[in-house]
Amino acid sequence: MANKHQDAKRVDEPTGTEFVGHEWDGIEELDTPMPRWWLWSYYACIVWGIVYVILYPAWPLVEKGTEGVLGWTSRGQLAEAVEAAQLERAPVLAALSEIPTEQLTEYPERMRQAISGGEAAFKVNCVQCHGAGAAGSIGYPNLNDDDWLWGGDLKAIEVTLQHGIRWDGSDQTRISQMPAFGRDGILTREQITEVTSHILTFSGAEDVSPASLRGAELFEANCAVCHASNGTGLREFGAPNLADKIWLYGDKRSQIEGQIWAPQNGVMPGWQERLDPVTIKMLAAYVHSRGGGEAAPVAVSEPAPAEGASE
Amino acid sequence: MSDAPAIDWTNPSKKPAPDPGPDPEPGPLYAVRKAVHPQRIDGPFRRFKWLVMLITLGIYYITPWIRWDRGPFAPDQAVLVDLANRRFYMFGVEIWPHEFYFVAGMLIMAGIGLFLVTSAVGRAWCGYSCPQTVWTDVFQHVDRFVDGDRNARMRLDAAPWGPAKIARRGFKWTIYLVISFWTGGAWIMYFADAPTLTVDFWTGQAAMVAYVTVAILTATTFILGGFLREQVCIYMCPWPRIQTAMLDEKSLIVTYKDWRGEQRGSVKKAAKNPERYGDCIDCNQCVAVCPTGVDIREGAQIGCITCGLCIDACDRVMAEVGRPRGLIDYATLEDCEHEAAGGNVRSIWKTLFRPRTLIYFSIWGAIGAALLFALGVRTHTELTVEHDRNPPFMLMSNGDVRNAFTVRIRNMESRPRDMKLEIGGLPDGLMWTDDTARADAARSIIRAVPADATQPVRVYVIAPSDTVTQNFTFTVTSQDEQSEQDAAEVRFESPEN
Repeated sequence: MANKHQDAKRVDEPTGTEFVGHEWDGIEELDTPMPRWWLWSYYACIVWGIVYVILYPAWPLVEKGTEGVLGWTSRGQLAEAVEAAQLERAPVLAALSEIPTEQLTEYPERMRQAISGGEAAFKVNCVQCHGAGAAGSIGYPNLNDDDWLWGGDLKAIEVTLQHGIRWDGSDQTRISQMPAFGRDGILTREQITEVTSHILTFSGAEDVSPASLRGAELFEANCAVCHASNGTGLREFGAPNLADKIWLYGDKRSQIEGQIWAPQNGVMPGWQERLDPVTIKMLAAYVHSRGGGEAAPVAVSEPAPAEGASE
Repeated sequence: MSDAPAIDWTNPSKKPAPDPGPDPEPGPLYAVRKAVHPQRIDGPFRRFKWLVMLITLGIYYITPWIRWDRGPFAPDQAVLVDLANRRFYMFGVEIWPHEFYFVAGMLIMAGIGLFLVTSAVGRAWCGYSCPQTVWTDVFQHVDRFVDGDRNARMRLDAAPWGPAKIARRGFKWTIYLVISFWTGGAWIMYFADAPTLTVDFWTGQAAMVAYVTVAILTATTFILGGFLREQVCIYMCPWPRIQTAMLDEKSLIVTYKDWRGEQRGSVKKAAKNPERYGDCIDCNQCVAVCPTGVDIREGAQIGCITCGLCIDACDRVMAEVGRPRGLIDYATLEDCEHEAAGGNVRSIWKTLFRPRTLIYFSIWGAIGAALLFALGVRTHTELTVEHDRNPPFMLMSNGDVRNAFTVRIRNMESRPRDMKLEIGGLPDGLMWTDDTARADAARSIIRAVPADATQPVRVYVIAPSDTVTQNFTFTVTSQDEQSEQDAAEVRFESPEN
């Protein structure tokens, strides 16, 4: 490096090119000129850069950047893409809105589209309570199973979605109120224990015992009107089936006793005012498809008189 | 700019005059390309080059138009890269995206094939079959057709611009453009049904990407083949540089046998003083015919693509002056030293068949055989199963345990087939799907899978409450005479362990 000035005049014999004067381990750098087209490519890049700065947002300034004469923005591009996607979906949504919910299963292709649309809407609106896999948790129903509080056919699910459960935003909401048997002094603590023993015999979790036999009488007097004598529940009141293996508020004795003492009455909001009818229909299809969906009751597919009967 | 001394990078023998001044001007910032005007030549290597050009261009232009009947459910184009549907068709073979290892294997074979060719016959790829070489050759023939041979072209180059020169240049560049357009136009035929695309293209109905691709390839062909030519080999292409590392003293390269040629001198001089002069009569024919403009007598260099045209030229001259051929010839460095020391010319076979080429060939052949084997034994029925991760299992109201799976049944035949999905293991397990009822749950189900398609099915598998977590298998069997099978082992999750 030190003798750069002298080296600069030295010429490489085979090529006739001057040395730059840089040398590493005997490898020397030649002052080889680049080909002219290479220079042109640099000029082309400069021109491209100038054109880009004029056309597109480029220079950051104090308040905001330069905007570019094309007026392009990434937000605008997103809006266009969203609009294009909506335009593409429009015919499917229109077709779905034509089909009565309870007849959706007769159109397999539309049903598939509804399920995938519903899946997307579920992830935005429903997973907060029901979980990403719709498996719920204590107090929040599992939508994958075959146990339905208010009905598991497409129409029933749609009504639940529209008006919610114990939701004061809709006067058609599904409503029922289980009394607080313990807190309000209807039953004593021992009586609740006995009723629980009886309840647990329905599903075979416990055997019949003297306590459960005493509980049976109390059950008949206080509970059977909603939950039925054999504990199978009543969907009109959203009264859970106590004879199966699914317990919304937990299957432990203490959890069941607690629920009788002072029940939690779960609330689900109605979505009628927040989501459009087609989205609710697609959500119903998705929930129905999770493996526990039920066939529509025969009455629904029959003409007018039956319509009133199902209300 | 114009008075800067031009350095001829393709011909290093012409050195600019050394600057005598005490305070030299700074050197040029860029080097102007010296145009290469190769002279017409005929000979065995030129004819071989014609043959290779015919074959490579023939393959390139004709392949997409070959038809291949695959039945009503698949395209009838022999070679088709169907990007939209993610299929690659090549005659009797259809490759799906998950079989991309076939393409990867072919690319590896192409790479090792280049090593093999380089170690055996030097830069034969560069000299004959590289697209840059082939298209440069085509464009140089256009030059010759429009402007005449070497001397006429050099005169025209030096002539001032006038109506005649503008007309000639315009005509020539139009031909360049037509060829370039044809190059780009043929490329897109590999990606769609060629006859349909041709009609769509000319009626303005083809996809925008087709027009853009043709425009880009037309531009690159026009620039790279029409103007940049040998500069691509010298400045842009990595392959010549890789090859400098791959060539050894046993590689065939085009060699000027200097011990025989030097001292250069005309026939007259040599006749007067035969002791002093060698065989080279310094006629410069080898330089005149070179498509990259190098002087092979300078020795091996990056600009030499070893096309052998200088061998043709030199052999012809040697025949005229009555001296033996092969002053310039394909030879290995080792053989040259052997000959220079007075040894006999060695057989080319020893160069072709030596351990290095044989090792490359066996690697290349082994990969090829493995690919062929894989192709031979692959079935056209496949199964993939994905277990629902959330929830991993479900309790039903009667206490049964249910697991949900997304099963994908792949029918890779170009006809619809019925596929039987069965549960293996899990003794009391039953399954149903999201479009059948639980009441129909069974050990096996049959699905109609469309031609050349993957069918996703959501499958619910249910087992009694006392079932413990265990592995079981899904098996799919095609319901035709092939009875192809595939299986996937999955886990049945249960609260009981």
